[in-house]
Amino acid sequence: MPILEVSNLGHRYGDRYGCREVTFDLWPGEVLAIVGESGSGKSTLLKTISQRLNPTEGTVRYWATDGTPLDLSSQTEGEIRRLWRTEWGFVHQNSEDGLRMRVSAGGNVGEPLMANGLRHYGKIREKALEWLERVEIPSSRVDDPPTSFSGGMRQRLQIARNLVVSPRLVFMDEPTSGLDVSVQARLLDLIRSLVSDLGLAVIIVTHDLAVARMISHRTLVMKDGRVIESGLTDRVLDDPQAPYTQLLVSSILQG
Amino acid sequence: MNQPVLRVSDLNKSFTMHLQSGKEISVLNGLEFEVHGGECVVLDGSSGAGKSTILKMVFGNYLATSGHIELHARGFNIDIANADPRTILAARRNVMGYVSQFLRCVPRVSALDVVAEPLIERGTEYVEATSRAAELLSRLGIPERLWSLPPATFSGGEQQRVNIARGFIVDLPLLLLDEPTASLDSKNSRVVIDLIAEKIERGTAILGIFHDPEVREIVADRLIPVEDYVALERVQ
Repeated sequence: MPILEVSNLGHRYGDRYGCREVTFDLWPGEVLAIVGESGSGKSTLLKTISQRLNPTEGTVRYWATDGTPLDLSSQTEGEIRRLWRTEWGFVHQNSEDGLRMRVSAGGNVGEPLMANGLRHYGKIREKALEWLERVEIPSSRVDDPPTSFSGGMRQRLQIARNLVVSPRLVFMDEPTSGLDVSVQARLLDLIRSLVSDLGLAVIIVTHDLAVARMISHRTLVMKDGRVIESGLTDRVLDDPQAPYTQLLVSSILQG
Repeated sequence: MNQPVLRVSDLNKSFTMHLQSGKEISVLNGLEFEVHGGECVVLDGSSGAGKSTILKMVFGNYLATSGHIELHARGFNIDIANADPRTILAARRNVMGYVSQFLRCVPRVSALDVVAEPLIERGTEYVEATSRAAELLSRLGIPERLWSLPPATFSGGEQQRVNIARGFIVDLPLLLLDEPTASLDSKNSRVVIDLIAEKIERGTAILGIFHDPEVREIVADRLIPVEDYVALERVQ
């Protein structure tokens, strides 16, 4: 059973489409990359799927934990908020958008637990420490705010804050861009192993084909708001069919 | 004879180079062969004939332009040439393995874990998986002091042997080998030949490319003359 089924989805800004006629499904344990240059519509698509933007056309169906399919655009705001709190995560490109910068690292990880009704301070702190360790942040930093963290640490903290409530579906918007290459590799490796340990379904938006190759099973290539090619990630990157995908792949610096 | 594990029929491959004004390069035409369990079939032909392209199409890494690539094993009866990505991934997990010439290094993962990973992904306990990995690494002459290091820092030959260990650690019905002995010395080539023989004994179907004529002579049960299927016209 899929976890998400997107059909004919589109979002229009005024008279211009940000994304259009997008159809795919996603199964538990699958990592799907959406690649394309800036302005291709990939972030609009991510926001539309995750209901941060309203779909202008098409549907997104989500299979909740109990197996019932929900048509997301007909859910109440309260129901969508509940899904964000308990079943979904969103890792932002800028950690400032996903963290509370003046709250301690432990507080950032503990807060979603409290939002889900956990009240025992000792247990929250214990769980927060466990997650800091999983994302390789030293426990000695638990009381420090993210403002004192490096870019890579902030992103790892954002991941801990998202995963602490055991979501089933995580959206990621360029989670590694803006980081040094070595920091990026470490973060990707961490994401890769957490995703496979936890069996998460992930949709990750990236302009970086190397990121798609390293962590995704399947890739959608977007241009001008539309999906112009899709398939197994290694097939799309090694034997691209669409003219635009060939151009993208040929523009990678060989390292 | 039983149903083959792999049956390739009427397979064609061409590349359309959109960046070169849509030039079409036809590579293979009407390719046909079968590989049964317990035999090693070798793709034979000069370099550039399209041997690696064939392995990549079977693995689903390259798209077949037309034709069929049927897999029949472990309850799978599928045509890779028309299968969706999820089916191909399931086939890679349960039916076929691919050993390329180069190791794709993952940063920070030790050689031992790189080799054990395919077993762990398929549910083997960590301790058991790493002990099997250790056994293969020692057979392939990787010194124990290197096992805890990421292979990115290894020499080309060492990386290739790590890659071979990773490719051979799981028993799958079909194994695709792309020059596994290139750049190995004769002692390590010998180990690879033994590993191949052990797989064949366990009923694995092997499709491979072996540049070294001596190795090819020892491992091949049959040769497929790829040049018979090389597209004659390279169309504009």
